[in-house]
Amino acid sequence: MAVAPFRSWRQPLGYLGKISLPWRVTIGYLAWMLVLPIAALFGKAVTAEPSEFWRIATSPIALSAYEVTFVTALGSALINGLFGTLVAWVLVRYSFPGKRLIDAIVDLPFALPTAVAGLTLATVYSPKGWIGELLAPFGIKIAFTRLGVAIAMLFISLPFVVRTVQPVLSEMERELEEAAWSLGASKIQTFVRVTLPPLLPAILTGVALGFSRAVGEYGSTVMIASNTPFKDLIAPVLIFQQLEQYNIVGATVIGTVLLIISFVLLLLINLLQAWGRRYAN
Amino acid sequence: MQTNSSGSSSSKPWSQWVMIAIAVGYLALVLLLPAVNVFYQAFAKGFGAFLGHFAEGDMQSAIGLTLFIAFIVVPLNTVFGLFAAWAIARHPFRGKPIVISILDLPFSISPVVAGLMMVLLYGQQGWLGPILQFFNFKVIFAVPGIVLATAFVTLPFVAREVIPVLEEIGMDEEEAARTLGANNWQIFWNVTLPNIRWGLLYGVLLTNARAMGEFGAVSVVAGNIARKTQTLPLFVEDSYKQYATGAAFSASVLLGLLGVLTLVLKEILERKTYRKTT
Repeated sequence: MAVAPFRSWRQPLGYLGKISLPWRVTIGYLAWMLVLPIAALFGKAVTAEPSEFWRIATSPIALSAYEVTFVTALGSALINGLFGTLVAWVLVRYSFPGKRLIDAIVDLPFALPTAVAGLTLATVYSPKGWIGELLAPFGIKIAFTRLGVAIAMLFISLPFVVRTVQPVLSEMERELEEAAWSLGASKIQTFVRVTLPPLLPAILTGVALGFSRAVGEYGSTVMIASNTPFKDLIAPVLIFQQLEQYNIVGATVIGTVLLIISFVLLLLINLLQAWGRRYAN
Repeated sequence: MQTNSSGSSSSKPWSQWVMIAIAVGYLALVLLLPAVNVFYQAFAKGFGAFLGHFAEGDMQSAIGLTLFIAFIVVPLNTVFGLFAAWAIARHPFRGKPIVISILDLPFSISPVVAGLMMVLLYGQQGWLGPILQFFNFKVIFAVPGIVLATAFVTLPFVAREVIPVLEEIGMDEEEAARTLGANNWQIFWNVTLPNIRWGLLYGVLLTNARAMGEFGAVSVVAGNIARKTQTLPLFVEDSYKQYATGAAFSASVLLGLLGVLTLVLKEILERKTYRKTT
């Protein structure tokens, strides 16, 4: 083949001309679009004194924003871990009218722009909205509170669990469950001991993907929240507000914290996927 | 048998129906009702009022800018995605999972952080700021910044969809074409492209949906100047903040239709490729 083997990439500069065109385009574009921007963020972050970095990263407003972001995102991801598994189960195991439509709708959060999601969620869950007005008599407010942030995070992280559990569930051998029943296990015992263990890596991967997405989400959350510090202000909105106030250093420090957390989550997700693959084999 | 899913619906135990009801109810509460609400609110004051918003100059220029951004970014990332997919899928090497993880980074980085990176790179005080200023080329708070931010967040889609297809079809046909004397370009155009077309289209579809709908990263770099750097999603937020909910929902209908169209095409493409993506 005309394309050079990848081996040459690891060799010194003289071999650079031998790298195939696809690799040159890939490396060049990734360097420009991905590596350079990330380097610019870290480059700016290291210009801050370590003590100054620490002071901004752990300021009360930042700590409260992390708490709102991570606790709410984790709660939403876990709720979706439960309901997403149920949805995947129902879609794989049962047949019912409208199943195809329901299956297609699960992907809606991937297809609907987040600004629209935020706008409509803020309306539906406002005290005058379809769902908000049902809850208002009980004194439950969702839009413009932390609960609203949770609803937006539920919306955007829902497909992840369903779409990671679904393929694993449909490839699972039903014979194992039937064997367990015939050996006298109850339905609950069968589910907990036979069905759940191979599903667990997929469920956790889905939860981690949903959590990662929810932590970074801006469009839908900024519109449904009141964005009040110490109440429902999330970290991405805090970065945006710092930029609006021309506080570049403040935005950079909190942005760096979020970026490092994204890297850690990506590593975790890769480990979970590797665990899942080992189960599949 | 109790759990036979292909059995007639009347013979299903009640527990199945309860589970179906909970699942569908949850999806209705979180996804379906909010989606229907977009269209309900947009047409609540009549079809005339809905159409009236499209006569507004701000909305028209926002639609134009959004189409323009997609027109630049989708081909750019499609070409890159094809090169990257070819490079990664057609060369066995040890670090493959790491390279794919790097490619996936834009999915795990918060859009706001992505926008911030663009500001730190291309902004006035950014790394490239002095050079850009020398050439009097404005990136941040201008259209080039929106293009770059959108290209960043949509970077992985095409490659991610094409890599598995390329790996699945293998290299036999390509090698056969080469033995018959075809050059690289002929092989790609006549052999590889027809084989990967549905996966490629799927990636293009996802890239387009995200490019037209991106909010966070664009919001940071655009500065939201009406008729200049206001894309359609930014127009939705701006109208909502100014209590112009009619305009916000009318614009949302367009973006909502984009979403629905994306889902419909996605279903069609999935049937063509016989697979479900994760």
